[in-house]
Amino acid sequence: MIQVQNLTKKFGEIVAVNDLSFSVKKGEILGFLGPNGAGKTTTMRILTCYTPATSGTATIAGYDIFNDSFEIKRILGYLPETPPLYLELTAREYLLYVAKLKGVPIAKHRSALDNVIQKCGLEKVIDRVLNNLSKGYRQRVGIAQALINSPQILILDEPTSGLDPKQIIEIRELIKSLAGEHTVILSTHILPEVTQTCQKIIIINEGSIVAEDSYEELIAKTNKTNKTRVMIKTADDNIINKIKEINGVQNVVREFSAERNVIIVESEMDCDVREELARMIVNSRCGLLELKHEVMSLEDVFLHLITKEEGTVN
Amino acid sequence: MKNIATITAKELKSYFISPVAYVITTVFLVITGYMFYSRISSFSLYCFKMMNYSKALETLNINYNVLRQSFSTMITTIMFMMPIMTMRIIAEEKKNKTMELLMTSPVTISEVVFGKFFALLILYAGMLLITIYMPLYASYYSKVDWGPIISGYVGMLLLGSVFLAIGIFASALTENQIVAALISFAFILIFVLIDWAANLADGQVAIVLKYLSLSSHSYNFFKGVIHSKDVVFYLSFVAFGLFMSFRVIESKRWTQ
Repeated sequence: MIQVQNLTKKFGEIVAVNDLSFSVKKGEILGFLGPNGAGKTTTMRILTCYTPATSGTATIAGYDIFNDSFEIKRILGYLPETPPLYLELTAREYLLYVAKLKGVPIAKHRSALDNVIQKCGLEKVIDRVLNNLSKGYRQRVGIAQALINSPQILILDEPTSGLDPKQIIEIRELIKSLAGEHTVILSTHILPEVTQTCQKIIIINEGSIVAEDSYEELIAKTNKTNKTRVMIKTADDNIINKIKEINGVQNVVREFSAERNVIIVESEMDCDVREELARMIVNSRCGLLELKHEVMSLEDVFLHLITKEEGTVN
Repeated sequence: MKNIATITAKELKSYFISPVAYVITTVFLVITGYMFYSRISSFSLYCFKMMNYSKALETLNINYNVLRQSFSTMITTIMFMMPIMTMRIIAEEKKNKTMELLMTSPVTISEVVFGKFFALLILYAGMLLITIYMPLYASYYSKVDWGPIISGYVGMLLLGSVFLAIGIFASALTENQIVAALISFAFILIFVLIDWAANLADGQVAIVLKYLSLSSHSYNFFKGVIHSKDVVFYLSFVAFGLFMSFRVIESKRWTQ
């Protein structure tokens, strides 16, 4: 559905996006992940035909972003970083205006409006002036605006920023429900968001792709060791030394905590030491309180990849 | 065409939701109305005084002494008001990031520029239309020659369009509305007063400067002459201003 090839965007000397290539299949949700200033917004602006790329091309649904931008704009829904609201209008006036701009036929205005009101939960605020709405509702109107022409492709720049936890969950559910018929690209720096909504993740740093895969595969790729978190009543050096002797254990680290009773046991990837570990601790009567297999979070992957990247640059 | 109408309708709505349209219209009508009142009352007083001098009375002309003066008051007023009326037209879109919506919708930049221009033109034409009470009032008490008044209004509309085009261009340059207002005021002032410089220059330079002057092209209209030379000048000025706005908006896209 979306093919991006060697996309580069320079602002004078500054390279915002550097030789980006990726593709998104129809109905997929792609998560764009990266620290502030990584080039997420610029990439999205290029894909929405808002700003032209310095070099490279991209095609969306078979249309070229430079030559057929008009066709793309018709089938595209875009929520920029700041929702583009006319604060003096009411939500209804605003959404109707966007519908007209996007070329939604007048006969369909009512149904399109009802549809986004229901999807984004705007029933209560639809006749209120946008200036008087809270940030969360403004964001929702922004999402409604992107959905009004039921676009094939939806590009959302940090869709959940400014929302409360309940709304965040609702919006994530909404985005998930859109997959299938819509192709979605969303950017965020909130990591759990990506793991919960996206089928495919692209981690981008300083304008280049650092990693591109599904969440599970990213974890598998960056995970070198199996980690087990153990909490015991009395954690002295004696028991730590004993743990180190278990077959397969590579490293034992004491986690920083007030009680100093949590230790992380790192073992080889294909070796599960949990059973042996539990038996050993129980036998030595140290008081096993908790034993848990630690899953590497996307935060770890992210930090790992980004710091690795910086390491190679320097 | 449909897109232009959509944008025009939205802009007009924005003007009438905010106090801008009401304040500008009120100020315009108060200033021009007061000047008209003082002109017509001093004119009638003068007529009383000249009652016994039939020769002198013949030289008094309401078109010349009252209505044409009213037009020049209107010009002075809109010179100050147009920059304020136009300053938000594009600058605000950039400030509020709504430009991103327009530029990612299937509308062209020229449709945006024209849509906004027509909204301003309708607003301005509405203001002008209200001032028609001046000649109507005058014609109730005296004999008014309508020809120069109609041509005067045509001239006002064209001259105002030029001011609007300059204002849109200035608004496209910046996202700061105050800066936009100052730039358009500066441009308007330069092109209205450029024939002063013409008096100091000589030869070809003087001719060019005189031709570029916005005010010198307005005299014919108030005399009752609609000269194609003046119409073409104003329309090409408008086209140039809108074209420049288009170019500014387009070039800004590359650096976003």
